[in-house]
Amino acid sequence: MELLFALTAGVLYASGLYLMLRRRLAQLIIGLGLLTNGTNILIFTSGGLTRTNAPVLAADALETTEPFADPVPQALILTAIVIGFGVLAFSLVLAHQVHRSSGTDDVGDRQ
Amino acid sequence: MAFLILTTLALSPLAAWLGRRSARWAQLLALWPLFLTIWFARGFHSALTNEPLTDRLSWIPSMGLELSFRLDGLSGLFALLVTGIGTCIVVYGAHYFDGHPYSGRFQATLFGFMTAMLGVVLTDNVLALFVFWELTGFTSFLLIGFSHRKSESRRSAIQALIVTGSGGLALLAAAALLVQVTGSESLFTHTQSGELLRAHPFYLPIVLCLLLAAFTKSAQFPFHFWLPGAMAAPTPVSAYLHSATMVKAGVYLVARMSPAVGGTQLWNWTIAAVGAFTMLGAAYRAVQETDLKKILAYSTVSALGTIFFLLGLGTPATLTAAVGYIVAHACYKGTLFLVTGIIDHQTGTRDVARLAGLRRVLPVTAVAGGLAALSMMGLPPFFGFLAKEIAYEAVLAQPLIPQVALGALVLASALLGLCGLLVGYAPFVGELPQDLRETRRASPGLWLGPLLLGTLGTLGLFAGALSTPLEFAARSVVGRALPLELALWHGVTPPLLLSVATVALTLLLYWQRRGIRRFARPRGLNTARLYDGAVGVLDWISLRISRPLQDASLSTYVLVFVVTTGALIGTGLSLSIRVHLPSLVPLRTYEVLIVLLVVAAAITAVRARTTMTAVLSLGTAGYGVALTFLLYGAPDLAMTQFSVETLTAIIFVFVFWQFPKVEETTSRVARIRDGVVSMAFGWYIFVLTLVTAINPTSSGLSSFYAEAAPTLAHGRNIVNVILVDFRALDTLGEITVLVTAAVGVAALLHIASQEKLAR
Repeated sequence: MELLFALTAGVLYASGLYLMLRRRLAQLIIGLGLLTNGTNILIFTSGGLTRTNAPVLAADALETTEPFADPVPQALILTAIVIGFGVLAFSLVLAHQVHRSSGTDDVGDRQ
Repeated sequence: MAFLILTTLALSPLAAWLGRRSARWAQLLALWPLFLTIWFARGFHSALTNEPLTDRLSWIPSMGLELSFRLDGLSGLFALLVTGIGTCIVVYGAHYFDGHPYSGRFQATLFGFMTAMLGVVLTDNVLALFVFWELTGFTSFLLIGFSHRKSESRRSAIQALIVTGSGGLALLAAAALLVQVTGSESLFTHTQSGELLRAHPFYLPIVLCLLLAAFTKSAQFPFHFWLPGAMAAPTPVSAYLHSATMVKAGVYLVARMSPAVGGTQLWNWTIAAVGAFTMLGAAYRAVQETDLKKILAYSTVSALGTIFFLLGLGTPATLTAAVGYIVAHACYKGTLFLVTGIIDHQTGTRDVARLAGLRRVLPVTAVAGGLAALSMMGLPPFFGFLAKEIAYEAVLAQPLIPQVALGALVLASALLGLCGLLVGYAPFVGELPQDLRETRRASPGLWLGPLLLGTLGTLGLFAGALSTPLEFAARSVVGRALPLELALWHGVTPPLLLSVATVALTLLLYWQRRGIRRFARPRGLNTARLYDGAVGVLDWISLRISRPLQDASLSTYVLVFVVTTGALIGTGLSLSIRVHLPSLVPLRTYEVLIVLLVVAAAITAVRARTTMTAVLSLGTAGYGVALTFLLYGAPDLAMTQFSVETLTAIIFVFVFWQFPKVEETTSRVARIRDGVVSMAFGWYIFVLTLVTAINPTSSGLSSFYAEAAPTLAHGRNIVNVILVDFRALDTLGEITVLVTAAVGVAALLHIASQEKLAR
C-alpha cells in the first residue's frame, strides 16, 4: 500500500508543479491545491501506515489499543489543511482582483 | 579609559543635535576632545614616569571577549594626535559647515570616528582592534560619501570601503592566527612572544595578512589609489582622517607589531621596498597635480611611504625617526589641509594656476600656511627639521643599503618640500588676480585651528624637551630604551649638509615647477584602473547570473526553485534508497480504486480545457485524499478535509465562473521542459514517500502523547488534545494566520465592491 501512497503523492506533485509552471493564475492556484494534498500524503506516510485504530481512546479505556495510527503527523496535517485553505482563499481573491483590473489572469508577460 | 572612549560614542547624538545649530554653539563640542587631550597628556606623562595605564571592560564574557585598553608610549602619542587634532577639526568643522544642512551629521560621524580611532590605537585585544579598525573604515566611508548626491563621492566612498575593508579582513585572519599561535588575544603578550612567532610555520601568513591590512589602510602601492579618491570628502575630513589619523592606522599596526613579528628579512625588505617605491612614486605624482587637495593627497601617500620605509629599515634609530616623522607630518599636513579648506571655502577654487596673492585677503591663513610649508620643507627651527635630521642620521647609520636609501630619501624630501611650497606658499604670494579681489576674510573659527596646528611645528625650538616623550613613544616599537638627543644644532654634521642639499633642491624644483608638471605620468602604475576592471567584471558576472534568474516572471521563479530543490533532494535520495518490498502493507481493491481516482483527477486537472473542470478535478482529488485518511485511522483529518474541500470548491466556483477559457499560451518547448521537470520532481517525491513510509522515524512522541492525553489533558482524542492543549500556542498562531487571511480577503472584496459602486 505504501507503493500506492507514494504513487499518489508523486502524481499530485507532478501535476501540481506542472500547473504552477503555467502562466495563468487560475492554474497556479489549482496547482498549489494539488501540491498541498501531495504534501499532506507525504507527511501522513512518514508516521507509518496502519489501518486498525485511530488515535482515540475508547470511552472507558486508560490506554490506546495497539497498534494505533501516529497522532503527531495527523496534528501537523490538520494544521496544514486549515492553513492551506486560508492561503488558497486569499490567493483566489487576489487572482480575482488581478483579473478584474487587467481583464486577464495571464501573468507570463508581466515585467 | 574604556569609559572615556565609549562616552565619545555616546556623545555623538549630542554632537548631531548641537552640530545642527550655528557655529557659535557647535564649536562647544570641541570641549570634549579638548578634555580628552588633557586627560591623555596626563596619562602619557604618568605612563612615562610609572607603568603603562591599563583598563578592561567585560564585553562578551561567555566568549571570553573583553575590551582591554593599554596606554603606553606609542598608543599615548597616537591618542594625543587623535584628540588634539580632533579638537582643532571640531572647531574648524563647526565654522566650515556653518548653516550646512548636514552639519549635525558631520559632527556626529566625527565623534563616531574619534571613538573608533581611539579604540584602534589604545586597545590591547587583537579582536577588538579588528572591530575598531573596521569602524574607522566605516566612518571614513560615511564621511567620504558626505556629499552623497554627487556620484563621484559615492564612487570614492565605496572604493575606499572595499579597499580598506578587504585589508580589514586580512587583519582578522592575522588576528585569528596570532591567537592560535600565542593562545592569547593580548597585543602586549604578542609583542613579548617574538621568538615563538618568528619560528612558527604560521609566521609567513601572519606577516602577509598584517602587511596587507597595513598597506591598504595606509594607502601604499598598489592600494594607494583610494586615498586621492577620498579627497571627494569635505576638507576637514581629509585633514583629519585622510592625513593625520586614520591613514596612519596602518603605520601604527606595523609599528605596534614590529616587536612581535618584525626583525626578519621578509618583514624588513617588504616594508622598506613598498615604502620606498610609494614614497618616490607618490611624491613624483604629487608635484604634477594642479588641484591643491590632490597635491596634498599624493604627498600624504608619499609621507606614509617614507614612514613605512623608515620602519622597514628596522634599526632602533630608524624606528625612532619614523615615530618623529609621524608627529611632524600630522602637524604640518593637517595644517595645510585646513588652509586648503579655507582657500576653497572663501574663493571656491583649489586650482594652483588660479590662486595667487591671497595674503592680502587671508592674512592669518597665510601665516598658518607659511609655518606649515616651512616645517614640511624641513627648515629649522621647525619640528619637520628635527624629524628629517634624525631620519637622515638613522638612514646614514643603518647597514642595509645606506647610499641608495639616502638618495631616495633626499629626493622624496625635496619633492615633498616642493608640495609644501605649492600649497602653503604659492597661493599667498604674487599679485592678487582680479576675480579673487572680492574674497571675504575667513572667520577666526576657521583660521584658529590651522594656526594652532601650524604653530605646533615651532615646538622644534624646544628640541631638548621633546626628546623624552619621543623616545618614550619609540620605546614601545623598539622594545627597549635608547638614547635620543634632539637638538637644533649639532655642529656641521652629514645630516645637516644633507638638509641643506634638500632645501636647495626644493628651491630649485620650485623655480622650475611649471616644467615639472609637463613630465609624463607612468600609466602602467595606475592600479585604480585594475580596480575598476575587477569591479566591472564582478558587475558583469552578477548581471549575467541575476538576469536569467530574476526575469520578473512567476513561472521562472517556480522553475528555478523546483530544479534546485529537485537536484538537491535527488542527489541525497539516490544515496539513501533502501526499500524492502515484503514489508509493505498489502493492497486492497477499494483502496486501489480510490488512489486511481485521485490520479485520474490530478491528470484531468492538468489537461482541463476550462477552469471549472480543473476546479472540480481538484475537489475530486481532495475528496479521494480525505477517503484515504479515513481508511488509515485519521477520522479528524478526513472530516476537516471534506469540509475544506467543499468550501474551496464553492469559493472557486464563485470566483472563477467569469474567468476566461484555458488557452495554452506557452510554447511547445516550454511545455515539454515543464513536463519533464514536473515528472522528475514527482518521481523524487514518489521515492521520498516510499523511503519515509518504509523507515518510519519514531521519536517516542506518539507514545508520550498517548499516555499523557488522558492523564494530563483529560482528553480521549489524542490529535485534538495535541492541537488544543499540548501545542495550544501553535494553534493560536494558526488561528491568527486565518484571521489575517480573512481580513485580507474582506479588504480586497471591499475594494472591489467600492470600485463597482464608483462605476
